[in-house]
Amino acid sequence: MAMGDLDDLYREIILDHYRSPRNRGELESPPAHRVEGFNPLCGDEVVVSMVVEDGKLSDLKIAGSGCSISQSSASLMSAAVKGKPVKEVRRLIGTFKGMMSIHEASLEGDGHGGESNGAEVLAGEPEEVDLDKLGELAALQGVVKFPVRIKCATLSWNALSQGLDEVAAAS
Amino acid sequence: MSVDPGPVPAPLNTEALRKDFPLLSRKVNGRPIVYLDAAASALQPQSVISAMTHYYETTHSNVHRGVYATAEEATALYERARVVAGRFLGAPDPAREVVFTKNTTESLNLVAHSWGRANLRRGDAVLLTEMEHHSSSVPWMLLSEQLGGLDLRYIPVDGSGRLDLSDLDRLVAGVKVVAVSAMSNVLGTINPVASIAEVAHREGAVVIADGAQLVPHVPTDVEALGADFVAYSAHKTMGPTGIGVLWGRASLLEEMPPFLGGGGMILDVKLDGFRPAPPPARFEAGTPPIAEAVGLTAALRYLSEIGMDRIRAHELALTNYALARLDEKLGADVRVFGPPAGPDRGGVISLAYRDVHAHDLAQVLDQFGVCVRPGHHCAKPLMRKLGVQATARASLSLFSDEHDIEVLIEGLTEAGRLFG
Repeated sequence: MAMGDLDDLYREIILDHYRSPRNRGELESPPAHRVEGFNPLCGDEVVVSMVVEDGKLSDLKIAGSGCSISQSSASLMSAAVKGKPVKEVRRLIGTFKGMMSIHEASLEGDGHGGESNGAEVLAGEPEEVDLDKLGELAALQGVVKFPVRIKCATLSWNALSQGLDEVAAAS
Repeated sequence: MSVDPGPVPAPLNTEALRKDFPLLSRKVNGRPIVYLDAAASALQPQSVISAMTHYYETTHSNVHRGVYATAEEATALYERARVVAGRFLGAPDPAREVVFTKNTTESLNLVAHSWGRANLRRGDAVLLTEMEHHSSSVPWMLLSEQLGGLDLRYIPVDGSGRLDLSDLDRLVAGVKVVAVSAMSNVLGTINPVASIAEVAHREGAVVIADGAQLVPHVPTDVEALGADFVAYSAHKTMGPTGIGVLWGRASLLEEMPPFLGGGGMILDVKLDGFRPAPPPARFEAGTPPIAEAVGLTAALRYLSEIGMDRIRAHELALTNYALARLDEKLGADVRVFGPPAGPDRGGVISLAYRDVHAHDLAQVLDQFGVCVRPGHHCAKPLMRKLGVQATARASLSLFSDEHDIEVLIEGLTEAGRLFG
């Protein structure tokens, strides 16, 4: 693995969202619904506050602190889902987590891995996910070469998913 | 800590020592590995690996049970490891005072759950420090929950990363237990355990030293340290994972109830009760880590043959070098936590670089083959005190050298370029 992979992980668009995060802050709760996500391993935290109206995710803000991957992923997510119908948001969550989980699955599969310790299995391009649908989010696909960082990338998405479930259950 | 430095120990030949560690021949990301994570777990010399393999190939049996030849040999090796593990700390009576556990965490939990449960009542005071590893503080929080509330107090950390002892007399008043890190796994601070123990003993308190970081890197003598219990782990001492050491004063161990129940810790069992074995067997229920004890013996022999005073001198000099070079090359971009290099500083270097998150720093460093640990280092209260979420921690081994520090700086510089 060389610096090329590192540049692949830290794409310009990721660094841009890390340096200038979109939709930063918290919405007053209530009426907004608020979810916290923690990664106890590294201490990263993300706070997603959201408003769902008429089947749409009408407003959303992101707070918290952490590494470039967790914070840029949250920012990219906010830009991609704000104002979208909840159905579409759920589809996007599925697609994004698919991009990440293909590699989680291959981690669990062949535990032997031979000389490569399984690292090569992880380096393959995702096949079943339509990257076109992800737009800017596809920039995060470099993360899958660094399995430890997948949890950073999915932190805000899991919080959003949990929030949508909680809002649906309450209504 | 003694102030008299004594004669200067002979310097280490790190180039020759590196050949003892098979893992150092591995390349990571096309670069030779630069292992700077001894504070998380140390690497093993070939002699440790060979000793364990030899044991499995020639001797393995369960201990304290069989009467056949290999069983007796295995028992003898296991009991010899106990003596070696105690002598390494200058323990006066290691055969009675050394309990084998899984690791430092289990050693500290053993004291809290056995001694603590038998001797503490609701409202009793326990004095900890703000720089404790979670394994030193959380067992007392657990006990506090079970007893309906203990009075947990903390010695504060000052701006230099040392314990602020100015208010110790008030804090220590009436405490039953003092648990203190002998050397911080985040700051590298070597704490004045002996002076704290002296004050604590005047109050009649029991003193526990978390020696996980100190014992593997600094000559340690339980009498000089002054604590009543000292814990350390084999895997940070260049031995295997899976075995830890608890040294305790015999008079205290004898009064303590068992920790876990099972085989090996009893004298007799009837349907309506049991009689516990004397220490240390009382605290070693079940088949112990036998091969690991053999590995620990080999590790402590390896360290002793090199000489702990030489190891300490080498790591102190290299810490000095690292702090100076980091400052020289990176200046105000790098913030190193903990005291300046000196007699109260071990080779643990936690740093922040600009506003790059520790996780990102460690990721970039990995591309240079550099192994450091990012995160909160199981010391979240200390992280809050330092005002950071995480640090990147480089920690030294006896084989670490100036080149390792230069590669670390090269990696940090690349992180600076990448994150602008």
